[in-house]
Amino acid sequence: MKIRVLVSLKNGVLDPQGQTVRHALHVLGYHQIKDVRQGKVFEIELEDIDRETASRLIPEIADRVLANPIIETFSWDFID
Amino acid sequence: MKFGVVIFPGSNCDYDTYYVLKDVLNQPTLFLWHKDRDLKGVDCVVLPGGFSYGDYLRSGAIARFSPIMKEIIKFAQKGGLVLGICNGFQILLESGLLEGAMLRNKNLKFLCQHVWIRVENNKTPFTRKARAGEVLKIPIAHFDGNYYAPRETLERLKRNGQIIFRYCTENGEINEEANVNGSVENIAGICNASGNVLGLMPHPERAAEAILGSSDGLIIFKSILDIS
Repeated sequence: MKIRVLVSLKNGVLDPQGQTVRHALHVLGYHQIKDVRQGKVFEIELEDIDRETASRLIPEIADRVLANPIIETFSWDFID
Repeated sequence: MKFGVVIFPGSNCDYDTYYVLKDVLNQPTLFLWHKDRDLKGVDCVVLPGGFSYGDYLRSGAIARFSPIMKEIIKFAQKGGLVLGICNGFQILLESGLLEGAMLRNKNLKFLCQHVWIRVENNKTPFTRKARAGEVLKIPIAHFDGNYYAPRETLERLKRNGQIIFRYCTENGEINEEANVNGSVENIAGICNASGNVLGLMPHPERAAEAILGSSDGLIIFKSILDIS
């Protein structure tokens, strides 16, 4: 079983890296780019677990370890 | 006073901190290993600077789960003195002993330079030897020092006098230019509500002898020791 967790900065939290990427895209002429927010992706492989238990486990580890809830939010989905 | 300096994989200011406590200030000092489950009777724990676990995931995010951190959290909850410098501050934030979080520096540069910080509260065990509003010259060396806390947390920190150091000009003025890394309200160091846990981004151990350009950092260690 494979799960993908997406961690991103909360709205309103400054993202200097995303701003720099946006700036670089503007310099390259991609003026349609309004905003860029940079985040992290985790692909997690699990074994010996059913989907229901995994659905409880993943938010727990995302909240406790993968994301810092003060500045970040997360979403996740089964990918395999 | 007995000091314990914690070594995590990737700590790199551990020996500098040890040297200042042991050789400059002549205090009994020992190293604590991240896998230790015992603080060996120390009176003050110092989490030194560096790049624990390569700053993977987020600065301090892995180190906070070390066995020694469980003991340090218990020690802090009982009123024990804990000082976190740079990466040590980041670990204290990740562990929840201090409030807030660190973002990448606003200019995306690793900043390695002397800065000036103003003592905002000199009624803590870490600043009692400083004058109120005293300006200290202490170096910084970090990538993720852009302190952030939600508005309501900030208000509480302010109300309780938990903002201990703010980046300022040489004359003590707090402005955007002096705010090298983009921290909210120029925050360089905060303490917990009961005042026994302090975290700061500048490195006082690198400013403990005049030959190194400043000895202002000694004020923090001398405050802990309550000596002049």
